Amino acid sequence: MTGVRPGDTRELVVVKDLTRSQIVQYAGASGDFNPVHTDERFATRVAGHPSVFAHGMLTMGLAGRILTDWFGVEALRMYDAQFRRPVYPGATLTVLARVESVDPDGTAGLSLVVRDEAGNTVMTGNAVVGTD
Amino acid sequence: MAVARFPVEGGHIMMFARAIGDPNPAYHGALTGTPAVAPPTFVWAAEHFDPDSAVRPRPDVPWMGSGSSDTGVPDSVAQGGLHAEQRYDFHRPVREGDILSAVSRTGRTWTKQGRRGGLLTFTQTITEYRDQHGELVVTAVMLGVETEKSVGAP
Repeated sequence: MTGVRPGDTRELVVVKDLTRSQIVQYAGASGDFNPVHTDERFATRVAGHPSVFAHGMLTMGLAGRILTDWFGVEALRMYDAQFRRPVYPGATLTVLARVESVDPDGTAGLSLVVRDEAGNTVMTGNAVVGTD
Repeated sequence: MAVARFPVEGGHIMMFARAIGDPNPAYHGALTGTPAVAPPTFVWAAEHFDPDSAVRPRPDVPWMGSGSSDTGVPDSVAQGGLHAEQRYDFHRPVREGDILSAVSRTGRTWTKQGRRGGLLTFTQTITEYRDQHGELVVTAVMLGVETEKSVGAP
């Protein structure tokens, strides 16, 4: 996609009221069955968490949609994520992506922030996309 | 993680796309007979193709999750770490029909004093995903963190 400029932003709600079942669905699809994500009894009684919580990689996967919706599924050159807070069932996550740079080689650099329904930042990230 | 053979299948891409709530038709080629493209984070699912994966229940191997008791591995709390950061460099998109392999190595390791006391140990794991022709497709860097009293893992 041509024509993006530094400062351009997009926002997308990538999940509303995250369910335990969707976390289970992600465990099944990814092969990451760590019971802290899917087994309430283990997560609370053994691991000491308030409840099960989403895989960081589920949040990164959910958030990546803003990039592929905007630039297409073959445009991504780099995507990174920093996991800031656990994401618990019930979360509604909104991603804000901002174009930070447009570079002479035809790529653009973006920043991402994922916030929950209380406004807490749960993930930050960066991406490089091809814009040709 | 060492994965000798990770065949990228259309049905698997579709199931992964559903799990991340993404209806993009490019991921759902299995429904129409069109070769699919994989979502950016799909290579995380290479775990399915690690015969010795520690995050998958296996027959006759004690599992850390609950059954008749809260955990089948009482010291499993000590096994975990937290997933702090993840980075992917894409040399090209992953597509249905690719047969990937994955080889991981340990990168940098460092320690930091945690905010609530206790030492945090950060360790990078670098994984290269190559196709059946030996070409590099994705390079991943996972940053894990372990606390002195480690709890679970994301």
